[in-house]
Amino acid sequence: MKYLDEYRDGELAQRIAREVHRVTTRPWNIMEVCGGQTHAIVKFGIDELLPEHITLIHGPGCPVCVTPLEIIEKALDIAARPNVIFTSFGDMLRVPGSTTDLLSVKARGGDVRIVYSPLDAVKIAEQNPGREVVFFGVGFETTAPATAMAIYQAAQKELKNFSMLVSHVLVPPAMEALLSSPDCKVQGFLAAGHVCTVMGFEEYFPVAAKYHVPIVVTGFEPLDILQGVLMVVQQLESGRAEVENQYARAVRREGNQPAQKLVREVFRVIPRKWRGVGEIPQSGLGLNETYAAFDAEKKFGVAEHRVEEPAECISGLVLQGLKKPQECSAFGTKCTPEHPLGATMVSSEGACAAYYRYRRR
Amino acid sequence: MEQNDHFALSCPIPISQYPHVLLAHGGGGRLMHQLIGKMFLAAFRNPLLETQHDATVVELAGKKLAFTTDSYVVRPLFFPGGDVGSMAVHGTVNDLAMSGARPVYLSAAFIIEEGLPMETLWKVVCSMQQAAQRCGVQIITGDTKVVDKGKGDGVFINTAGIGVVEHDQKIAPQNVRPGDGVLVSGDLGRHGMAIMAVREGLQFESAIESDSAPVQDIVLALLKAGIEIHCLRDLTRGGLASALNEIAEASRVRIGIEEKSIPVREDVHAACEMLGLDPLHVACEGRFIALVAAKDVERALLVMRGQGTGAGSAVIGRVAESSAPLVTLKSAIGVSRILDMPSGEQLPRIC
Repeated sequence: MKYLDEYRDGELAQRIAREVHRVTTRPWNIMEVCGGQTHAIVKFGIDELLPEHITLIHGPGCPVCVTPLEIIEKALDIAARPNVIFTSFGDMLRVPGSTTDLLSVKARGGDVRIVYSPLDAVKIAEQNPGREVVFFGVGFETTAPATAMAIYQAAQKELKNFSMLVSHVLVPPAMEALLSSPDCKVQGFLAAGHVCTVMGFEEYFPVAAKYHVPIVVTGFEPLDILQGVLMVVQQLESGRAEVENQYARAVRREGNQPAQKLVREVFRVIPRKWRGVGEIPQSGLGLNETYAAFDAEKKFGVAEHRVEEPAECISGLVLQGLKKPQECSAFGTKCTPEHPLGATMVSSEGACAAYYRYRRR
Repeated sequence: MEQNDHFALSCPIPISQYPHVLLAHGGGGRLMHQLIGKMFLAAFRNPLLETQHDATVVELAGKKLAFTTDSYVVRPLFFPGGDVGSMAVHGTVNDLAMSGARPVYLSAAFIIEEGLPMETLWKVVCSMQQAAQRCGVQIITGDTKVVDKGKGDGVFINTAGIGVVEHDQKIAPQNVRPGDGVLVSGDLGRHGMAIMAVREGLQFESAIESDSAPVQDIVLALLKAGIEIHCLRDLTRGGLASALNEIAEASRVRIGIEEKSIPVREDVHAACEMLGLDPLHVACEGRFIALVAAKDVERALLVMRGQGTGAGSAVIGRVAESSAPLVTLKSAIGVSRILDMPSGEQLPRIC
């Protein structure tokens, strides 16, 4: 397929991999931030082409994985109510709360629907004026403009029966949180390409300078990732810590400014809990006062739900790159994609699910 | 777990994790296999059922017959490249063909939702009749039920089929041997993506049309050519990945396939990429895999390609010895990894 096959060329991949081998003289730990990159690495076996002492650490960049249990519980509560149509992206449906998941709520009669765009949820609200339509707004900066647009349009249309359970998170604060941890092993980053398509990469300059880490904005195809790794290793080997853009075919330094403007119009930056990591300051998006009427937490009175995470699951350590999925005693036994204990096993982009699917035996 | 006296006389429900049936239990993946294994196989256990083939071969009065059944609950009823009626014929005919049988008779049972326009039903029935004629089978018995409005999706159809087995080969998931070649009868994933595109209102530049078609001619041609066939399996729910895993499990072998050699049409590939789905997990309705003896692989490919619906056939892999059943895929960049069975329903990814 055009624009994809070019980036999956086996021979070119081998050539870049050889170059990585050539320039690598020491062990390095590199984190790919985005779950989409983790998925590609494991699916194509990219890490197996790399020198043994380059370790890829799978970062917290899977929106499904980092959505806190608390918000899942709120979603389950709202979705089970009569007269509610609960809309969500597909893979949120399997995320386990403390006792159940959205698929089970649906099986017991809840009206839970998969949508491909938040705007579809607005359409459903228009078509069902007698019912409450709730959209589960999760994701990073990548999906934030689309959710913002849904709220914006719902406001323009003065829809009273549409609201959103917002759990948007931001990437750079999470990278900073990881870097400021004393246990941090990460020496360089592949920044999430699609996040930067929206946000640009100016916000990474202070991070690279403050923590002296190379940050390379990287795409999602095998050649992108291999080239991103090569660029990080070249920086590390020469003692540089710069922000570079591997994904220039999609990312501009300033990003997509109309999209950023829309996000600022609808959302404000707030502290947010990350599943398995804890609360990170300035790491989430919440609705602006002007759009408070669309806040599902307020509308359904679930704002005060508090839930503790299960102790057995090490997804927090996995998300921080401190443990590999196989190091968990529940991996592949008590915890599988059919019956996940933690969110990293749920999403196809979660590190545990990716390892389970491609590396189990 | 301790036995509770109160329930001692009834069967405990063997599935402990989900107290309710999920849609995913019908998705052709691991959850469905667990359901079948723990519920249906456990309750109905017998050697014939345990072959777990698409159709079961039985001997009656000295004749070998193949028998199968399938239900069709597709929404929408009409989709690019087919409809529920033709699918209900092709699907069951194909299940029979997977045992190497020549399909002869079908039954047709209709569960109709109150309010379905007669004209719609007539279109479905006509399509069934045409498909049956094309496949050379007769529909010789049937049943009609009507359910309340809202209790069905227009019309559900069940067909059962009987075919005659006129060969002496042992074609079953248990009979695959190291060295066997793996062939697929055409490009993958079109039916699933055609349905998803219509159902979810996704628009692509051109409509993806379903691959729904009968495959018995290809199978009968293989048998006629004297190809040593070890297993046949049609690639419905769960797609290629499920079929290969089932076979690897049944024969306790390793099946290695190559991503590059697997035919997937460009538009299907693009649609899958967009939705974050894997074409190897997506359902087909007119495709099957054949696992044939090493000596016959090249000849089998020629025979398959020589049949109309098999023109796009390809050799996609080999079977190897293994201590544990396993399916591996050599990725586009040349690294091998596990090809797992999908878990439940195919859920589109966020980003």
